Amino acid sequence: MLDYIWLVPTFPLIGVTINGLLGKRLPKKLVGLVACGALGLSFLVSVIIFFTLLHLPPEQRYLEKVLYTWISSGAFRAEAGFQLDPLSAVMILVVSGVGFFIHIYSIGYMHGDKGYARYFAYLNLFAFFMLLLVLANNFLFLFVGWEGVGLCSYLLIGFWYERKSAADAGKKAFVVNRIGDFGFALGIMLIFSTFGTIDYSEVFQAAPEKFSPGALIITAITLLLFVGATGKSAQLPLYTWLPDAMEGPTPVSALIHAATMVTAGVYMVARCHVLYLLAPISLTVVATVGALTAIFSASIGLAQNDIKRILAYSTISQLGYMFLGCGVGAFSAGIFHLMTHAFFKALLFLGAGSVIHALAGEQDLRKMGGLRRNLPITFPTFLVATLAIAGLPGFSGFFSKDEILWEAFSSPHGHFIYWLIGIVTAGMTSFYMFRLVFLAFFGSSRIETDRTHHIHESPPSMTMPLIILALLSIIGGYAGVPHVLGGANRFHSFLSPVFSGHHGGGDVVDPSASTEIVIMTMSVLVAVGGFLLAHRMYIKRPEVPAILADKARWLYQLIFNKYYVDEIYDFLFVNSIKNGANRLWQLFDVRVVDGSVNGIANLAGQGSSLLSQLQSGYVKSYAASILIGAALIIGYYVLR
Amino acid sequence: MINLSLLTPEIIVLITALIVLILDLLPWRGRKVLLATVGVLGTVGALLITMGQWDLREEAFYGMVAIDNFSVYFKALFLIICTLTILLSINYITRGGIDLGEYYSLVLLATFGYMFMASGTDLITIFLALEILSLAVYILAGFMRHSPKSNESAFKYFLLGAFSSAFLLYGIANIYGVVGNTNLKDIAQYLSQEAALKNPLFLAGMGLLLVGFGFKVAIVPFHMWTPDVYEGSPTTVTAFMAVGTKAASFAAFLRVFFYTLEPLKGQWVPVLWLLAAVTIIFGNTVAIYQKNIKRMLAYSAIAHAGYILVAMVAGNDLGSSSILYYLLVYSLMNLGAFGVVIIVEKKEEENLTISDYRGLAYKHPMLSAAMSLFLLSLAGIPPTGGFVGKFYIFSAAVSGGYVGLAIIGVLGSAIALYYYLRIIVYMYMYDPEKEFLDGPVPFFSAAALVITAIGTILLGITPARILELAHYSISYLGH
Amino acid sequence: MDTSLSLFGDYQVIHNYLPILVFIIFAFAFAIGTLIFSYLVRPNKPDPEKLSPYECGIPPMMDARERFSIRFFIIAMLFLLFDVEVVFLYPWAVVYNKIGLYGFVEMMLFIAILLVGYIYAWRKGALEWE
Repeated sequence: MLDYIWLVPTFPLIGVTINGLLGKRLPKKLVGLVACGALGLSFLVSVIIFFTLLHLPPEQRYLEKVLYTWISSGAFRAEAGFQLDPLSAVMILVVSGVGFFIHIYSIGYMHGDKGYARYFAYLNLFAFFMLLLVLANNFLFLFVGWEGVGLCSYLLIGFWYERKSAADAGKKAFVVNRIGDFGFALGIMLIFSTFGTIDYSEVFQAAPEKFSPGALIITAITLLLFVGATGKSAQLPLYTWLPDAMEGPTPVSALIHAATMVTAGVYMVARCHVLYLLAPISLTVVATVGALTAIFSASIGLAQNDIKRILAYSTISQLGYMFLGCGVGAFSAGIFHLMTHAFFKALLFLGAGSVIHALAGEQDLRKMGGLRRNLPITFPTFLVATLAIAGLPGFSGFFSKDEILWEAFSSPHGHFIYWLIGIVTAGMTSFYMFRLVFLAFFGSSRIETDRTHHIHESPPSMTMPLIILALLSIIGGYAGVPHVLGGANRFHSFLSPVFSGHHGGGDVVDPSASTEIVIMTMSVLVAVGGFLLAHRMYIKRPEVPAILADKARWLYQLIFNKYYVDEIYDFLFVNSIKNGANRLWQLFDVRVVDGSVNGIANLAGQGSSLLSQLQSGYVKSYAASILIGAALIIGYYVLR
Repeated sequence: MINLSLLTPEIIVLITALIVLILDLLPWRGRKVLLATVGVLGTVGALLITMGQWDLREEAFYGMVAIDNFSVYFKALFLIICTLTILLSINYITRGGIDLGEYYSLVLLATFGYMFMASGTDLITIFLALEILSLAVYILAGFMRHSPKSNESAFKYFLLGAFSSAFLLYGIANIYGVVGNTNLKDIAQYLSQEAALKNPLFLAGMGLLLVGFGFKVAIVPFHMWTPDVYEGSPTTVTAFMAVGTKAASFAAFLRVFFYTLEPLKGQWVPVLWLLAAVTIIFGNTVAIYQKNIKRMLAYSAIAHAGYILVAMVAGNDLGSSSILYYLLVYSLMNLGAFGVVIIVEKKEEENLTISDYRGLAYKHPMLSAAMSLFLLSLAGIPPTGGFVGKFYIFSAAVSGGYVGLAIIGVLGSAIALYYYLRIIVYMYMYDPEKEFLDGPVPFFSAAALVITAIGTILLGITPARILELAHYSISYLGH
Repeated sequence: MDTSLSLFGDYQVIHNYLPILVFIIFAFAFAIGTLIFSYLVRPNKPDPEKLSPYECGIPPMMDARERFSIRFFIIAMLFLLFDVEVVFLYPWAVVYNKIGLYGFVEMMLFIAILLVGYIYAWRKGALEWE
């Protein structure tokens, strides 16, 4: 069965081919069926593969399948192939599974759109590239998938390209990602020049043998790769594209934020854990960037009014957690959080989409309220996701977030500061998520009157995925119940062949189990505190937020305007680059390039007028050309 | 031994040509589609049998014809080209009012000639094959009988073709005069003597062969006929000869120079070096200023012959296999590009200038996407086959020590990017001003485009297998 | 003659063709020599009747160098084609006993191919004058 791993990315590719070529002519139902069926089949194969893998003894859970040699020239040899191990098995499950539910949801959400077939073709292509990315067995293939998801995000964020803001957001995502990709590509080149190969297994085997921990070259490689990860996974300072990415259709936001794209960076860091563990400096950078991003974007989330924007900042913040986990060496904890986050964040976005759908496009929290009666399915599922992301005990987010926080505190790479930042962020997360819930679903309705008659629960194709994802958001966490709570942390032991020999986190039955309990209790208390604060501010005394915003006006403005980062970037980079580019364009393009092109053109023009005299149309001059050529060649041979 | 059964593919093609000729005489209205069907069936059948001849390594007609991997590779290529040409022609020749049965028959006969170009192991066989294909293609070039341009192109091609054939024949005569035989094996035998390598008469003969082949593959300065003939001929014929005649001539060129004249490498490499450089520079420079898309593709075809010469100069393992690889890629992408031109072209030579393509993407997105793919492949942009082909050729040149030539080649491709991209710019960046096609894209043409497009992409994504095939083909040359 | 011998002397094949070269030279020399000789010794008394072209005794009407119908060429070409076919039949018939069935089949194939051409020409109306 494992040999059929290639089927996983192949199905979406077939879907792309069918919908891309014939989509316009096919009936809508068939388009949706093809797209969902394609991903559903890959999900099915992924599930079977996962269980096959589970039945094998842990040390045999590895398969490398070389499909073909792409290019071989001299020392450079690129083989395209798939690698299956527990890590990629988890990833394909998450990508194809969550992706599948988002596909189904899209059938209902996009049913009136004229670009229906195009949408599903892009969606399948997105899934294809993401699956390629996580299944690659070398850096080049990884890079292909990496670039591919970048391209698809551009296409999907700018899906409604007639809207300028959407087209701009697509462009922004693409450009910001390109900045990261540049570092990433440099990293891969450095890997090739250092190891002479870009194959995972060879690189990861050679690295510990050739280099001792702290080697400069490894640090450089890992930092460059991490630059790529900050772009793709929206970390400081390259996160700005993600909030704008909500300009795309809401299921796309769910796909980008939850299952694909942003998780690529985390996956890549976990995949290269061998290299990162050899570079303590890079680990510190990863952890620090992750922690700072987490608290930074969580604080922005406190004061936003756009339902999707809040979720976008929470994604960035949660990704920060994952990097924090990886940065303290707890890679399996990072991946665990990646998985649970995929469940509840997809659920949150799809739920938000359902709300927006019900309100005919309204996204402003100030114009919602009291929706819990109107949306009997969306509300409870959304609540489940909120409980999960806030980290309340029993929900999936609790287990994964807690593992990261514990590792941040106790791991040899960890530090008390990391834990402190993490727990403050957890409090903030709990606060702004419950604020969202209270504003949207509780209280009195503030909905504009012309929208009220329209309110309705979404069709089953949209609510079904919500229910399933809600279930997953609850039970997903029980894959990794920590030892201290009497669990076996199966998730960790499943991943342990990948991260074996390294400190993966979670498995250490700490002698100070009581410490872990204390840490855990504190994070629960913080989460509950966030809830209570939100409850007090938005249910009990709704006038408080306005007073507060007024009292700490500058702080509120600062947060509300997202620390003015976009403006600063615009001022620092975009404008100056624009100006610089303009100047360069005038200097270089107009003078040098155009000059030389025109020069060459003139030269070629003169040459071609000369040549066109040769190309006279007269057969005799053509024959003369042949004759002269022949005479020169023969003369060369005979008279030499 | 005669071993006639080894020539089954060729015989099938010949018989198909005759059947088509006879079927056209039937007084039946729907026969035109039947003719094309029979033609395709014949070529596909021949293709299957040809593929079965892989690794056979036999000789026929007392050593005048070889069935080795080299010839099998090329014959398969020619049969693919023939099939695609027929598919592209069905609608075109009806629109152009030239749907005569002789058309398919002549295409098949030319293919018959191509096949012997690849398998001939005697200079006489090669010459005969060259004449068979030339005669067929001369007529095809003038097939638009009522178009003065078509007549002009046929006549020019015929006159200059005859002229260059004389050079080739004179070269054969010279070599025969020295060796006393025209068989490639015997000539190779003769060249194993040290003294033979400096014989001026033999060298002159080799030079004349170079001229003859150089004319057919269109390298500077023997290229002058190309733009005029390519422009005037019916576009399907242009596609057919730009791809088929070039590949067939390269097949014979390679067999003679890589196998028989191998000991004289020191003599012909410098000449080819110069010819390659001049061809690349000239073809790409002049292509920039062409307004007619067929003329532009003609100059691009000249430039591509130059790239293949680079690989011949490199001459190492990678270089020689990359020639075969590149010829396959070149055939597919060029047929594809010409295929789009064929579909877009209207009667009375409408829609043939590059500016006619403005806004095509808005009316026919798939067609423009296909055209962009072929043009990007011709320009050598990944992940197309054109990229991998150029990559192999230039890396072969570098590892063979011809860095200068590789630089010229890369510069030439950079220039080429300009005129290929210009068409894409016209297709995508301008608003359409008119309708392009009278109806939907014809089915058979679309099928041909799909095949070529898939081939172009596949060769870019999975080149290693085909390169391996190419390697086995050329390394068994003459063994 | 001496120099050409030294140029080609090493190459046996060219050497073999030397008699032919000598023969050609002799042929040309004989023809030209005869013409020159007769020019020198003949009497020269031209009159208009003698200089006019001879057309079976009828006085010539107009210039003989006029364009004539393409059909002549087609007929001539067809004649050539099938004439050559017949020419091939003679040596084949002579050695027929030695080459047997194989030769028979081959010749039948050859004739069949030409027959296709014949049918084609016929059906296309190449043999009709109008």
